[in-house]
Amino acid sequence: MKRTIPILVVLAALLAAMAVVNPFFLEPAGFLAFVKRAAPLVILAAGQYFVIVSGEFDLSVGSLVTVEVVVAARLIDGQESATWWVLLLLVAIGALVGLVNGLVTTLLSVPSFITTLGMLLILSGAVFLWTGGAPRGALSQAFRVFGRGDLGPVPWSVVILVVVAAAAVLLMRADFGKRLMATGDNDRAAALSGVRVARTRILAFVLSGLAAAVAGILLGGFAGVSAQVGQGLEFSAITAVVLGGVVLGGGRGSVVAAMAGAFSLEALFALLNLYGISGPLEYTVQGVIIIAAVAAGAAQFPSRLRAST
Amino acid sequence: MTLLSMRGIGKSFLGVPVLSGIDLDATAGEVHAVVGENGAGKSTLMKILAGVHVPDRGTIEIDGAPVAFGHPLDAQRAGVAIIYQEFNLLPERTVADNVFLGREPRRRGLVDRAAMEEETRRLLGELGESSFGPRDLVRRLSVAQRQVVEIAKALSIDARIIVMDEPTASLAEHEVELLYALVGRLRRRGMAVLYISHRLREVFDLAQRVTVLKDGARVTTVPTAEVGPAELVRLMVGRELHDYFPPRAAPGDIGEVKLSVRGGGNRKLRDIDLELRAGEITGLAGLQGSGRTELAKALFGAEPFTVGSMTPYRPRSVRQGVAAGIGLVTEDRKGEGLALRQSVRDNALLVTRSRARRGHGAGVKSLLEEVRLSPADPEREVRYLSGGNQQKVVLAKWMTVAPAVLLLDEPTRGVDVGAKAAIHDLIRRLAKDGMSILMISSELPELIGMSDRVLVMRDGRIAGALPGGSSEEAIMSVAAGQGAPA
Repeated sequence: MKRTIPILVVLAALLAAMAVVNPFFLEPAGFLAFVKRAAPLVILAAGQYFVIVSGEFDLSVGSLVTVEVVVAARLIDGQESATWWVLLLLVAIGALVGLVNGLVTTLLSVPSFITTLGMLLILSGAVFLWTGGAPRGALSQAFRVFGRGDLGPVPWSVVILVVVAAAAVLLMRADFGKRLMATGDNDRAAALSGVRVARTRILAFVLSGLAAAVAGILLGGFAGVSAQVGQGLEFSAITAVVLGGVVLGGGRGSVVAAMAGAFSLEALFALLNLYGISGPLEYTVQGVIIIAAVAAGAAQFPSRLRAST
Repeated sequence: MTLLSMRGIGKSFLGVPVLSGIDLDATAGEVHAVVGENGAGKSTLMKILAGVHVPDRGTIEIDGAPVAFGHPLDAQRAGVAIIYQEFNLLPERTVADNVFLGREPRRRGLVDRAAMEEETRRLLGELGESSFGPRDLVRRLSVAQRQVVEIAKALSIDARIIVMDEPTASLAEHEVELLYALVGRLRRRGMAVLYISHRLREVFDLAQRVTVLKDGARVTTVPTAEVGPAELVRLMVGRELHDYFPPRAAPGDIGEVKLSVRGGGNRKLRDIDLELRAGEITGLAGLQGSGRTELAKALFGAEPFTVGSMTPYRPRSVRQGVAAGIGLVTEDRKGEGLALRQSVRDNALLVTRSRARRGHGAGVKSLLEEVRLSPADPEREVRYLSGGNQQKVVLAKWMTVAPAVLLLDEPTRGVDVGAKAAIHDLIRRLAKDGMSILMISSELPELIGMSDRVLVMRDGRIAGALPGGSSEEAIMSVAAGQGAPA
């Protein structure tokens, strides 16, 4: 809990700055518009959190988002009636990619950095092969509602985000979450306590894949169909999680902090946008943040170690 | 001629004295054995000689000239080489690469491989080794062959004092013979060999003198010709039993057989026959490397038996072991026992949460009171707890599922005296409540004080069974392979 506070302070400061620069942000519509824009990244960060806290990485989520959007557009191709089975298929694709990542990492002992980097390349290549660089087809209205429509006064994506966030928090409070934390902290001790370490990690990858599927559904509606829709999202998600104070290597950090990290990152991008700085600079900012956040975590570590011995 | 002379060596770690006033010398052409129980200070003394630790007090002279080692390289330059149990070799490099690591001969700025291999071949020849050559990869060599590489390395730096730390611990019988021959060669070259071993037979076979260490002090140094095995064992363990332990089980407390093994074996164990009964604490003694930990892991299912029978269940995995009602408190508390960054509660509940079927629903609070955790704060991260409290959390973790058999591997290692007594009481209470307990300890007074009977392991077998209250001498002589096994 204590470790969640710094990122909440950072988030509050960024939101305050946004309110100063752009008073519209203080109105419900303005605030909800921000949350709606942030929703896909926050969901991805929640998925990434499960993987990172178990001691692994998932670099494949950006390409997976692209795959989801491109597949949806091509299969739906404007037919409203196709919406529902395609949605189910997208969720299945997300789960399947996560399952493969998890199986390869645990059963074949391939470090997840390599497994998911390979998956990133495989999915990118597949998208290019399938679309020739320019995706065909179109999404249906029913599909796009999730990304851009509203449920009463509240955008659909905000509703979905709240559901995902609540589910993530509940999962981490359940036995699964405790096993996941123990696995990421000390997988040897977890295994000798009877925890199915491999199965637990595989599930974390599946959750990350599912998060990418949901994020893809939202982004497709929000941003439209392109072969670049998911580009760089894996790094944004990892940056967000790290910014939330979640320790790379596993076993430490909260999912709330990871999601707060994603909100902070989005707020920062929005601020930069308001000042007219954007585009390529976002990558630079992310790079600085991810290095600084990990360095800050590492700098605290020796003093804590000394305190404990 | 005295080659090495260490005088009044003292060393403390974090204010805890580990060595005090140790004298040790060695002459050219001598094999000098250093013996003592686990924790007597042998390894620390040898690390001081090798420049790994700097002594707080005392002097070291080589060839009559005082030396001070601030770094292992200083010791190497002075002609001291140490061959650790865990070798310091690079497995993916060749033998010659390893022998000359960091000191490669150069020719026009490049490594002169030919000279390196030629010199390595010469050294191996001197050691009478022909089963492998300078170009072989270390990865492909056996443990005994790797030992030869380490010794060749020592020769190549012109070492005159060689420390061998438990050199036979992982050797097969016939390889030990080869090592004897090798030590003989070194001796004839006029080198001094400091030979650390638990195995008394080797001490008497190889050494001319033996120094006995106990609790960080030197007991005596005697020529091996003037002392017998029994006398040596007495010198090693001779201490009074001053700890108090809870009373042993009365005959009526010991109930039915909870676990029995017939002819159990795997890569590290052979011919294990064993019965563990309800209400009984069975002590498991043996030297390091004798297979105690391996036996516990086999019973638990972490490194299962591959042959033999086990009733009423034979776990092939940890999960099966846990499901069958077996718990294991490992010797490596931080590495294998706890998730250090998680809370006391999350650690205590880990076993319960790993199972679909829940254990008895006792609250964490009452459990922590039962193991006498103080302060009994379930939200604290376990890494901030003392060793004793950490161990209580590990015990609590298993108590949540009330196992029929609890295996304890060094349950009081690194635990202070007060917590030790609390853990002893707890273990006896668990036994009284009908649990069957197997307890491993390197501290013989503890093992004797706690156990209703003692099994002694040697070389992966159970070498003897002794009744509760047996003497340290009796246990040590079975463990070290002296005297008739029961």
